[in-house]
Amino acid sequence: MQKSKLSRTFILCLFAALVMLAQTGCGRKSETSVARISIQNQGSDTMVNLAQAWAERYTEIDSTVSIEISGGGSGTGIAALINGTVDIANSSRKLEESEKAKAQQNTGEEPQEYMVGYDAMAIFVHKNNPLEEITLEQLADIYGESARSTKWSQLGVKNAACASDEIIRVSRQNNSGTYHYFREAVLGKGHDFKLGSVDMNGSKDVVELVSKTPCAIGYSGMGYATDEVKMLRVAKKKGEPAYAPSVETALNHTYPISRPLYMYTSGEPSAHVKKYLDWIHSDAGQQIVLENGYVPLPKDGSLSGGTPAKE
Amino acid sequence: MLNKRRLGTLAEPIIEGFIRFCGFSAILFVAGIFFFVFREGADFLFTKLNVKEFLTSAEWYPDSPGNKRYGVLALMAGTASVTVLAMAIAVPFGLGAAIFISEFCGQRLKETFKIVIELLAAIPSVVWGFIGLTVMNPLIIKLFNAPIGLNVLNGGVILALMSVPIIVSIGEDSLKAVPDSYREAALALGATRWQIVYRVLLPAAKNGLLAAALLGVGRGVGETIAVLMATGHAVQIPHSLLDPVRTLTATIAAELGEAPVHSDHYQVLFIIGILLFTITFVVNLTADLVVKGIKGK
Repeated sequence: MQKSKLSRTFILCLFAALVMLAQTGCGRKSETSVARISIQNQGSDTMVNLAQAWAERYTEIDSTVSIEISGGGSGTGIAALINGTVDIANSSRKLEESEKAKAQQNTGEEPQEYMVGYDAMAIFVHKNNPLEEITLEQLADIYGESARSTKWSQLGVKNAACASDEIIRVSRQNNSGTYHYFREAVLGKGHDFKLGSVDMNGSKDVVELVSKTPCAIGYSGMGYATDEVKMLRVAKKKGEPAYAPSVETALNHTYPISRPLYMYTSGEPSAHVKKYLDWIHSDAGQQIVLENGYVPLPKDGSLSGGTPAKE
Repeated sequence: MLNKRRLGTLAEPIIEGFIRFCGFSAILFVAGIFFFVFREGADFLFTKLNVKEFLTSAEWYPDSPGNKRYGVLALMAGTASVTVLAMAIAVPFGLGAAIFISEFCGQRLKETFKIVIELLAAIPSVVWGFIGLTVMNPLIIKLFNAPIGLNVLNGGVILALMSVPIIVSIGEDSLKAVPDSYREAALALGATRWQIVYRVLLPAAKNGLLAAALLGVGRGVGETIAVLMATGHAVQIPHSLLDPVRTLTATIAAELGEAPVHSDHYQVLFIIGILLFTITFVVNLTADLVVKGIKGK
């Protein structure tokens, strides 16, 4: 009994294997002309939605490639670039010199940088929070290592939805380019975060948590905004005008925390990767940047580097 | 017929050898894993790491631009607080459920319970984490007026729910293993049902019940993704059940992907691995010694 059951399973398996083989055989015959070249694209979590949108649209136009996107954070993408396991690494921060050297040493090719758009880093609070604007100094005094602001009342608001009045700092894990950018642009070079912030894994998670937590404040890409959260207007200093994050304010640098988004390739890109990057820089590609809530590159081609980091 | 018998005599030592290998492989794997984890972290552990600071400082700044500090006290406090809370909930609940299923409920109900509890054990940990993040978080904010619902309480409850099935099934097995003659003898002496449980079954099944609780602790210390999602992932020593914390395991999971291979940060994460290994080793060893001690009596 046992034996016959076993052999039946075996025959079934064999049959399944044969069917699968036959299918791939047929597939090969009919699809030789359109065997897709795969482009591996990994990195920044801020850019993952954008990269996905680009890939979907591009593969509609060019059926010879398939583009595989994964997130994980800029650090993850850069690590993959250094190890030579991706074609394009997405990063929401500039490659550091040490990383560049490491990539060159590991792969023998110098990483090539392509600026593909801008992102305005938005400061999110719960939609019932009465706070409307904030300065970079106040942010540093909430998030920084020597921060003193721990209560909403210290910012001059009565956050009624938050009974304990405590500011819950929502931050990102340290493989995030957004985390690095925030540290540099808001806390200042060489400064650290204050421990005890709630560190989330992704850009979307930050917004999600803030939307459910009346006491929370968080930072993430402008493209991740929802109706459940409020984006604060941000001013450089006390007394200076505060600006809401938008395409215009990011491009004319009045919004103080916007940054360029990059794609990196290892050495000169191959023909199909180059074609893809050119398409991203085209009007069609930049239109998708806008559609996804990011800021497209300026039309005149002046590629300035976003808001310079605070010294 | 003769051929078959010869095959049998040949197969016997092969099968015996294979089974022997299976047995010894456990030792092989443990030694191998310990060796690997230790090798990755050893260089940093013996040369640069200040062990005292590592264990007593709460400053975890592995990627600070200026001043890198590796202190895991807050992470250990996170693991300890979540595990202790989880056990405080799961051990009474789990053992209570085990006693009920084994002694007090009817055959049909028993089967249903066992199936449901097995289902509970089969829920993947990431789903538990998801529940912590999306269901428990707003609930805790509402019920306790907490500033944030991702905290020790959330992680502890999620972990307790995850440990209960283990404690129930092992606890129930060990109660079932108590010979029926014990129960009959107690009944003959006129003991009530509760007296049987309290005076006869619990002492008789002590080892098994202890093992059940300790396996629960092991699960608590080792669980990663669910607590990563439910505890809030904040490096601080908790002062109340409503403070977010970060555990040792969650730190490894969140940071290993990004740490460049063989960098200081990478090696420190492996040293945390050694630390976790040591903790579970000590827990298991204590369990063994306690069980032996009980037997000795």
